[in-house]
Amino acid sequence: MKSSAVVVSDVSKSFRIYRDRNKSIKATVLKGSRAKYDEFWALKDIDLEIGQGKTFGLLGNNGSGKSTLLKCIAQILEPNKGSIAHVGRMAAMLEVGSGFHPELSGRDNVYLNGAILGMSKAEIDRKFDSIVDFSGVADFIDQPVKNYSSGMYVRLGFAVSIHVEPDILLVDEVLSVGDMAFQEKCTEKFADLRRDGRTVVVVSHAVEQMRSFCDDAAWLLKGKLMGVGPANDVINEYADQAHNVSQHNAPAGSPSDGTGTGEKVHAKGHYGSGEATIDKFELVTNKGGEVQQVRTGDPVTIRMHFTCHETVQKPIFGFHIEHESGFLVWGHNNEQSEWTSPPMNPGKGSVDLVIPSFPLRPGVFRIGGGITTDRNAKTVDAFLRALTFSVGSGEPFESVGVAVMHSHFDNLVQGQ
Amino acid sequence: MASDRAGTLSLRESLLKNPTLNLLANLTLREIKGQYKKTVLGRVWSLLNPLANIAVYSLVFGILVRAIPPIGTNSGLHSFALWVACGIIPWGFIATGTALGRGALVDNSGLLTKVFFPRFVLPTSTILALASTFLTELAALSLFVGLAGGGPRILLRLPVLIPIVILNTAFVLGLSLILSVGMVYFGDIQHIWGIFLQLWLYASGIVLPLSYVQVAQDHYHFPFVLIFELNPGFQFVEAYRNVLYDFAVPSLTRWLVMLAWGVAALGVGALVFRKFSGRIVEEL
Repeated sequence: MKSSAVVVSDVSKSFRIYRDRNKSIKATVLKGSRAKYDEFWALKDIDLEIGQGKTFGLLGNNGSGKSTLLKCIAQILEPNKGSIAHVGRMAAMLEVGSGFHPELSGRDNVYLNGAILGMSKAEIDRKFDSIVDFSGVADFIDQPVKNYSSGMYVRLGFAVSIHVEPDILLVDEVLSVGDMAFQEKCTEKFADLRRDGRTVVVVSHAVEQMRSFCDDAAWLLKGKLMGVGPANDVINEYADQAHNVSQHNAPAGSPSDGTGTGEKVHAKGHYGSGEATIDKFELVTNKGGEVQQVRTGDPVTIRMHFTCHETVQKPIFGFHIEHESGFLVWGHNNEQSEWTSPPMNPGKGSVDLVIPSFPLRPGVFRIGGGITTDRNAKTVDAFLRALTFSVGSGEPFESVGVAVMHSHFDNLVQGQ
Repeated sequence: MASDRAGTLSLRESLLKNPTLNLLANLTLREIKGQYKKTVLGRVWSLLNPLANIAVYSLVFGILVRAIPPIGTNSGLHSFALWVACGIIPWGFIATGTALGRGALVDNSGLLTKVFFPRFVLPTSTILALASTFLTELAALSLFVGLAGGGPRILLRLPVLIPIVILNTAFVLGLSLILSVGMVYFGDIQHIWGIFLQLWLYASGIVLPLSYVQVAQDHYHFPFVLIFELNPGFQFVEAYRNVLYDFAVPSLTRWLVMLAWGVAALGVGALVFRKFSGRIVEEL
């Protein structure tokens, strides 16, 4: 096993929420103690190890404590309990351009900001050209930064931060800085960091971006660590539970169905208001019967079995297939098709989606889908990752990738 | 000569290799460079401010109240304006130092909540930047005293200022460390300290010579002089006056008192800062 870059052991952190935010000495003397406060536990008993050279994502809803955890790792906040150890130099990129002095030139600010982030003078001297080049503000480097546009300001700040080249880099939601070209540069730079075996810890809401970006991930809910492991598994788990959370957060006593917004959680992978529930998905080939494997080019039917408990007007049936990596390959629902369904009546039933020639290359895929109504505004039931199946090689055979395109070669021209 | 130069260069470079010292140097430079950036007169302001104070106090106490300044022991100087100047400039360092130092954490909350670095760097850089301004003021004052009748003899006494400035800086830094942390928890400190500074100015004998305090003591039978002697502000300011107005060296007692205040303030300041700076980020 590879050694750990960051070890978080048994960390708890509470904040004081003052009932009357009274920071006066008079109040303190009169009451005999400082203003009354409630403890709010932002983190509870977190145990976590981040492996060296990994890109590690911290996921969670707003207020789940992920940023607090990042700040504790960055030593900005002190945990009440527990300890955090790290190996190697660490830099936090929680806000770019912190500590820029508006009256000073870009050049002075690069040195100042570099020093704040822990670089020595010689180191900044060495990296100065590269920083300016990366930021793209070379023409204005001797202007006071107060004259910079907000984009230039942020780019210069980001350029300094990323040139710290620490062993451990902590990043909080700053991946979306600057224009497209600058974003590409950033992505490249992060790839470099990864190649050099540096550890990156990222906090983000952009779940799908994290999927491709991170090796490992952890997700937090109300200050508790809910899961940690390979990014894909954790993100799937988190995405499932995210719908649970909205249920838990609903005001007590509010109807959980019938209002259009309440969602009931039936089982793992399910959510929705529950007038009808999906029992299972089935793959059917022309040979008849349910299969777990299909071949490229086979005619395939995906059948959704459901149980309807109450009448659903204008139901919309949706199907999707995702790759085992979590990448969404395809999806379709009958809102965007000619076919419309009559109202669903109570009882068991099924609906078919017919694929004349299965267009995916060999691999492992998952089927999911849902029933919605009100023009997709209300989810009656969704069942994610309901069925895993594999695709074997068939006709046509094309070299690599996920899809087959029924392509052919033609029209070689040469000797002109 | 060349090797000597190389020696100091490499020392400087090795100091800057330490990230904390490099940060301290950079933040100090930021304060110095940023301070007068938007002004036309620039650094001249740092001399004009005390000059205005000297003019006001000379007018009020020297001309209207007709306070009689003491005669400089070795220099033979006998000018109220020069006497006030030798007090007001060191006092300015103590007063402005603690006034700026107390806000060093609160004013940089944006930085503190986003980046980790040793927190003591912020008040320290504020005080160091001010100390450098103070040195230029002292140089201007020495020149002025020399030209105004003291003569070149003052040059012999200037090295004595170095240990005084060091002890004084330690004292101001110690106070600033305590005040800056205190400000995070109690915003009142900003206003209380402002009032206290007014009081402290008069209790440090900046504008009226000690002989007047002695007269008041004899009249009211209240130990005013003792209060002055116990006041570190008075001790530091008098030390500067010993050198710049009297062309003398402070007494051994005064050296010991300054040493005690400097070490105690810095020691207590460092302890208080260490104990309470851990949680400041969430209180900001």
